[in-house]
Amino acid sequence: MNGIVIIGAGESGTRAAFALRESGFTGSVTLVGTEPHLPYERPPLSKPLNGAVQMKPICGAEALQAAGIDYLQGVSALSLDPDTRSVAFSDGRTLTYDKLLLATGARPRRLTCPGAERALDFRTYADAATIFSSADPGKSISIIGGGLIGMELAAVLRGKGITVSVIEMAAKPLGRAVPPRFAAKLHARHQDEGVAFHLGQGMAAITDDAVLLADGSAVPADIVVAAIGVLPDVALAEAAGLATGNGVLTDSFLRTSDPNIFAAGDCAAVAQPGGGYIRFESWRNARSQAETAARNMVGGKEAFGAIPWFWTDQYDLGLQVAGLPQPEHQSVIRQLDGGELEFYLDDGRLLAAAGLGSCNSVARDIKLAEMLIAAGINPDPAALADPGVNLKALLKNARAA
Amino acid sequence: MSNVITWVPACKLDDIEQEGAIRFDHAGRTYAVYRGPDDSVYCTAGLCTHEAIHLADGLVMDFEVECPKHSGAFDYRTGEALRLPACENLKTYPAEIVDGEVRVALD
Repeated sequence: MNGIVIIGAGESGTRAAFALRESGFTGSVTLVGTEPHLPYERPPLSKPLNGAVQMKPICGAEALQAAGIDYLQGVSALSLDPDTRSVAFSDGRTLTYDKLLLATGARPRRLTCPGAERALDFRTYADAATIFSSADPGKSISIIGGGLIGMELAAVLRGKGITVSVIEMAAKPLGRAVPPRFAAKLHARHQDEGVAFHLGQGMAAITDDAVLLADGSAVPADIVVAAIGVLPDVALAEAAGLATGNGVLTDSFLRTSDPNIFAAGDCAAVAQPGGGYIRFESWRNARSQAETAARNMVGGKEAFGAIPWFWTDQYDLGLQVAGLPQPEHQSVIRQLDGGELEFYLDDGRLLAAAGLGSCNSVARDIKLAEMLIAAGINPDPAALADPGVNLKALLKNARAA
Repeated sequence: MSNVITWVPACKLDDIEQEGAIRFDHAGRTYAVYRGPDDSVYCTAGLCTHEAIHLADGLVMDFEVECPKHSGAFDYRTGEALRLPACENLKTYPAEIVDGEVRVALD
């Protein structure tokens, strides 16, 4: 009995380790992480408390011990041999396994322009500590990339009185994950807060004190952060001959091209019922895929079908999105006190919903919308638009029908 | 001595949606006051035990409240943590309705 080895001790790998025990698995579980810390939560990294980066462990050493999880900290997997079912690690040890989970996550995409080495990443605790320890009031910071991570960082730094500029190749920020309506509102809020945007602009170089744009202008920057997205960490899988694409390819059961190896979280590209593969980068996805993969590794046969969901907090605004809104969807708007919901329908069927409001004010409605989506119903658009119609009542009616 | 209980008026029953919750701040602390599907009332600590998130913003279904951020869930009658990532129970406080007013017993 060789047990189960999990490569990657982020949210997904750690959740999987515990989920194996919750499924009743009694064999050995080894959780291997590259970073020199206990497993920790990444979302708090962009939310320093009193100027200090939060290190919020997912679990304590006692909890790992109590669950009988062997945690190897600061250890990297060097090579994986599916034929002998063995993994070689940076500390010289080799482990064999019955089942293996790849939860290797993703790593920041790097800039390639001259001076790119000056740009800081923003992914790990060490990255966050570097950025926030040098981001003093009066300094200027230039964030390359106007996606979720870049915009969250911009909001936090503006709150600290730092001059912030965002440089984005696309004509608008937040174009990838956020519905246009809410991307525009968040963009406007950042402008009101004094963030300087340089949009539709490529970069020429990073110098000692500025970012040079393609049009020749210079954006002053004491600190430069690259937030241009992440690439799934597929190196180990690729070298082992597993099928990879934009991630480690899995079937709907989160099994890779090798039947003894599964993948979950940011690194996993999961086969979709309609064809193709989808990879999600979100906290909840990391956890829910981990739970499905864990159950399937110990004999379950459960297709992964959770509705994608994420949140982002910028200033006092909270955005939540459930499902995958598409430009071709019919849009239905509901106005709320201090917020707004948008529902997305395709041929009458509710497929996605998004909401923006102060703090967590839209959370309850988005959760209900997610349950309505899962119920597979065709709600009356007029009812969705009417703030007087309780979504919970719609859900109960749908379930009773 | 240290457990002197004070009944504090929190809100009117009608201020809380049926099967809903509102936030109630008192003496520098924050609480959540719930109205169950049967119009019974309950009070718990206001913040999720996983991260400091106001539970009153979360969805109440039956006797369960779900954290608006991480989907941890609690039985608000007993404070029992029902779903990860919440694993530590919520503190609960007695609550009652007097003449249409909800009052809670805080220590």
